[in-house]
Amino acid sequence: MLNILKTRIQQKYRTHSFPNAEPVLPANFAGRPRLDSEKCVPDCHKCASLCPAGAIEAKNGKISLDLGRCIFCRQCEKACSAGAIKFSQEYSMAVNSAQKLIVKDSEFELAERMRDDLLKMFGRSFNLRQVSAGGCNACEADTNVLNTPLFDLSRFGIRFVASPRHADGLLITGPVTQNMLLALQKTYDAVPEPKIVIAVGACAISGGLFRDNAEVSNGAANLFKVDLFVPGCPPSPWTILDGLLRLLDRR
Amino acid sequence: MKKPVRLRNGSLVGLDQIEVFTNEEFYSLAADHFAEGLRLLAYFAMNVSHEKHLFMLLADDENGQVEILRSKTKSHMLSLADKIPAVVWFEREMHEQYGIEFAGNHWLKPVRFSSAPERKGLPGVTDYFSVEGSDVHEVAVGPVHAGIIEPGHFRFQCHGEKVLHLEIELGYQHRGLEKMLFGAPYKNSRWLVETIAGDTSVGHATAYAINVENLAGFKVTAEAEIIRAVALELERLANHTGDLGALAGDVGFLPTASYCGRIRGELLNLTGLICGNRFGRGLVCPGGTGWNIPTGLKEELLKRMQTIEKDLIGAVELLWNNAGVMARFDDTGILPKEDAIAVGMVGLAARACGCGIDSRTTHSYGAWQRFKPVISTERSGDVFARASVRWKEIKESFRLIREMLKSRDGFSGEASVEIGELRPDNFAVSLVEGWRGEICHVAITDVNGKFRYYKIIDPSFHNWFGLALVLRNEEISDFPLCNKSFNLSYCGHDL
Repeated sequence: MLNILKTRIQQKYRTHSFPNAEPVLPANFAGRPRLDSEKCVPDCHKCASLCPAGAIEAKNGKISLDLGRCIFCRQCEKACSAGAIKFSQEYSMAVNSAQKLIVKDSEFELAERMRDDLLKMFGRSFNLRQVSAGGCNACEADTNVLNTPLFDLSRFGIRFVASPRHADGLLITGPVTQNMLLALQKTYDAVPEPKIVIAVGACAISGGLFRDNAEVSNGAANLFKVDLFVPGCPPSPWTILDGLLRLLDRR
Repeated sequence: MKKPVRLRNGSLVGLDQIEVFTNEEFYSLAADHFAEGLRLLAYFAMNVSHEKHLFMLLADDENGQVEILRSKTKSHMLSLADKIPAVVWFEREMHEQYGIEFAGNHWLKPVRFSSAPERKGLPGVTDYFSVEGSDVHEVAVGPVHAGIIEPGHFRFQCHGEKVLHLEIELGYQHRGLEKMLFGAPYKNSRWLVETIAGDTSVGHATAYAINVENLAGFKVTAEAEIIRAVALELERLANHTGDLGALAGDVGFLPTASYCGRIRGELLNLTGLICGNRFGRGLVCPGGTGWNIPTGLKEELLKRMQTIEKDLIGAVELLWNNAGVMARFDDTGILPKEDAIAVGMVGLAARACGCGIDSRTTHSYGAWQRFKPVISTERSGDVFARASVRWKEIKESFRLIREMLKSRDGFSGEASVEIGELRPDNFAVSLVEGWRGEICHVAITDVNGKFRYYKIIDPSFHNWFGLALVLRNEEISDFPLCNKSFNLSYCGHDL
């Protein structure tokens, strides 16, 4: 018993004061990319042809990048000697609709809070059921980590629950495999209305690297109305947490 | 009869150099060599005109060699299940993928329910091995589980609280990944292999890179090999730490569960320091590494490791000193060594049963030829043994990373040159000891030097059946603890 108490003191208080303080991310962290088509070399298109996820479109001298497909591998940034694509340290990138995932030269619209009537219901107690539908366990792991003392998710009133019947929404990861389709649909149906759907990671948003493979359904947005899209492969836990808090009007 | 070809880990052989044995020779060579102590690594089929060629890879752990047996058939083979129990899963897989019948294999049930070549039902809505009689009942768990984990279905045949049999049915995570590598290397291939099992990104990326480099006749630098090895050990550290915490959580010992959860994150952050991604995405690539470890970063890693190790020792020592925890770990979920060998267990789960196999040592490659790990084993084969092996390996990984990082001022492994075309009509094999165990990748090239076939065996493919075995005659309430003590990959199995 004494040892347990001694260790408790040694382990210290570790919970981050986010969102009041900003997290420190590693220098090489690939956050939201910034595009500047002005710098593009005419007819170069190197970024688009190199992208392993087919996330970049280059036409008429304009480039755009679909964060819903991007795996943040930085191959485009590396290949662009003109500097038209730069990955920033900005970890906030969750949005409310698929169109808003398309990064262009202009401003980026981050996720807004949920509807007032929903916020009244879920604002202080938001229970989610997580379903992995073909996820590789990276998105799952970086969602699960939110329950550890550093993030301490429950201080925001957000909890992951075991039963869909106890949930206010689903947090889906993975490209939605054909073999998980039925189970995912049943889980969705079991969540009482009104419900929120959150797609975490490139796979859940668009199918990611598995897009258009016959074994998958190109993500959750193909099946349900998705309220929050969290890009990444996998997204940083800070990106996921930031998105959840924006939805709950805490950011 | 000719002798079968033997390879070293990370080497290759011309496809035409691999002897094609008659079915009878194939059966007897496989059975004899397994009986002599060779271990089943892989067993798969490949289309060759109108026939199927079968390749069986056996590991000779004593001599650090991989033996390749090859035979061919139109559609019918004999099952080797009674001689080599470990083949059962592979035969089921080949039946599902290529329609080969294995006479003597009692139930060639699909392992993944893939849509190709044709869908044979869905996992969870098929028949199961069942037990009948009064008071016998069935418990179905999954695919959607209580926590944030991947989907799988567990069907228990119980008598009261006692489990008579557990059938583990997977396939929910099947993404058709292997097929996406046929015809590769493509521009997405190196990124795709990192998602075979996201928690083993470095392990699988390394196995893939080794195959591509060997086929291209490309030698990576010693510095790149060290960066890869450091990343592999960081991956091991993070996952083992997370597992020890989760094991503590499953027996209701919350202090260690809570501390290890946080410390795991700190370890992932070390990988994040190197490449910006906590799972090591983009760190390992054919030709070298995507990132360097310059002097300043090296010092930072060493400094942070010191604090992390101290915190971790404090958190984990609580486990071993708590009688309640030990009472739950001891004698729960025992896998005897002879069963582990028969079903072909690998990795930490095998080492916990006393099997001294660790491909970093027994099939040494890359940096491991210089920095030799001590193989950590236990004998009892229970939850305690699997926890204890993790802890021994954590300590060993800290030692290895320090030794490797201190061997130079800094490390530059960034791939800067094209590695060139792959040799046509060759067969390459690589074994990498991921944190769960041995990862085996086999690449076979066509006349144009593209992958005609790519085979991935995640350690989970061997080990899931081990979990089913330990549940026999256990209380059903011990399932979560037993499951966590293996912590196998669903998508690594389902690909």
